[in-house]
Amino acid sequence: MLNIIKFNATAGAQTVPVMPKQPRVKPDTGNIKIDNVSISFGRGEQHHLAVSETSIEIKPGEFVCILGPSGCGKSTLLNAVAGYVKPTRGQVLLDGKAVTGPGPDRGMVFQQYSLFPWKTVRENVAFGPRILGRASPTPEAIADTFIDMVGLTKFAKRYPAELSGGMQQRVGIARALANYPTVLLMDEPFGALDSQTRHVMQENLLKIWGEFGITVLFVTHDIDEAVFLGDRVLVMSASPGKIIADIPVRLPRPRDPDIALDEDFMRIKRLCHERIKQESMRAFDQQNT
Amino acid sequence: MPQNLAHAVAEQPGDRQHHSDETVGDAGTAAEASTTDATPRAEVVDGLDRSDEPGLLTRLLQVLIGPSFVMTWFRRSLALALGVIVWHFAVATDFNWYINFENVAAPSEVWASLTKQLSGSMFYKHIAVSLQRILIAYVLAAVVGISLGLVMGRSRIANDLVMPFVELFRPIPAVAWIPLAILMWPTEEGSIIYITYLGALFPIILNTVSGVEQTPEVLVRAARSLGAGRMQIFRHVVLPAALPNIATGLAVGMGVAWFSLLAGEIISGQYGIGYFTWTAYHLIKYDDIIVGMLTIGLLGTASTLAVRLLMAPFLKWQRKAR
Repeated sequence: MLNIIKFNATAGAQTVPVMPKQPRVKPDTGNIKIDNVSISFGRGEQHHLAVSETSIEIKPGEFVCILGPSGCGKSTLLNAVAGYVKPTRGQVLLDGKAVTGPGPDRGMVFQQYSLFPWKTVRENVAFGPRILGRASPTPEAIADTFIDMVGLTKFAKRYPAELSGGMQQRVGIARALANYPTVLLMDEPFGALDSQTRHVMQENLLKIWGEFGITVLFVTHDIDEAVFLGDRVLVMSASPGKIIADIPVRLPRPRDPDIALDEDFMRIKRLCHERIKQESMRAFDQQNT
Repeated sequence: MPQNLAHAVAEQPGDRQHHSDETVGDAGTAAEASTTDATPRAEVVDGLDRSDEPGLLTRLLQVLIGPSFVMTWFRRSLALALGVIVWHFAVATDFNWYINFENVAAPSEVWASLTKQLSGSMFYKHIAVSLQRILIAYVLAAVVGISLGLVMGRSRIANDLVMPFVELFRPIPAVAWIPLAILMWPTEEGSIIYITYLGALFPIILNTVSGVEQTPEVLVRAARSLGAGRMQIFRHVVLPAALPNIATGLAVGMGVAWFSLLAGEIISGQYGIGYFTWTAYHLIKYDDIIVGMLTIGLLGTASTLAVRLLMAPFLKWQRKAR
């Protein structure tokens, strides 16, 4: 299995080189500051504190994973950065400016089925540049660059329903990047994929991130995924949603899937695992009392 | 695979072509997946490569001359032929047991009467007048229904203001509108078109509303994060998301338009295929009654099919969607 992944990794490298000559992402942009944010839903009996007094600072170009069990509020926190959810208290700052709504400076990749089914791959990726009124290069030219980057040039004229789940997510990533955002927000993007495809996607994502150097905030419940991808893993606990551990991942880059056999990798993984386990036990006990 | 195909056909006769295409496409994908597994190639990244997929022409041929296509049409023709035979014997034996066939024209008489009508010009005039009424009423209903439906689907207030009327008027059959339509409209033609229009309007409104309401929220979010504003979301997300339902509404609306038209044409003094049928009854021309009825059935089916064909280019992205 590892052989397949390695093989595909080299294949990926061959398909990636076409990059925009001048990336529009300025260095030192993409600083995210989550400042004492609380998010609650409902009132009275229905009241639910999804995120509680959370503060995080993410450096430009950093790859940060938020790891936690389902329902712990990690997606809600991501949605606050995206601008879909307004914090009940506190605020989210992007490069010093308060986030008030969704915008093209933050590319969003969803778990699944977020491509416009009535648009072809090219039309999907060109959508952002078109909406932003890009004239030169044309939206189509931008789209083709990014479609090539994710290795789907042959599928540019296909509709999403004709693609596999992994391909659809690659289009989703290309679409998010086509606006040259300073931040990429990813909400369990590979959660619905089979494990082989997921591994390949993780590697491709790291390559793309390496070339772009943009900030990535990546939500997942998969410990291996979080440790393999991130510079930091933020472990989140449930009810109320809170960051309970900030674990730095000081593993060399570029990372190879073989790193999963590395002692440091296992140590960090175990650390995450322990924190998550404590939390899930606690959450489980809470639900049953 | 043939059984699957036949199954799909049996379930949804209207979407036969759609289903066949889908199944053929799936077979291709499965085959490719297995070949690429065995011999991975450099450009394959997640195990899917479609270079071996049959061309469009090949697939079209497979669908057209495939056993399922021939069988479907064979079975359908057979069913119709059986119906005619049963009809013939019911009339020939003067079947009269609760239902009375003694005054029903035989298939041969209807055929003779039809050929006679087709050789004259009056019959075509009736058809042309009916078609013109349908066209005016239907285009009006489509424009008003889709616009209203889109607004109602996006705005709670608009929905609350219009929906009570839709719910109240929708169950009223076209025939019940005749007296009021005569009183309200200055011309007979106006009344008939109005009744036809009402029939087509409600299914179009309701389907459009439900289409808009079913817009996946994640697509709206995706569009917003890509920088789209309200109008752009409406044009690029909400409208296309509602299109499949709008197409259904338009097809259903066409069917309802026809039987509303027939009710309306009872009051018509001169022309229309409904008038033709109704007059045939009064003039005791029992063969012409059936000629009229079958013509209505044929025209209704043909115009519904035309609506589906007109909408097909806008829905081609759906062909392989689940």
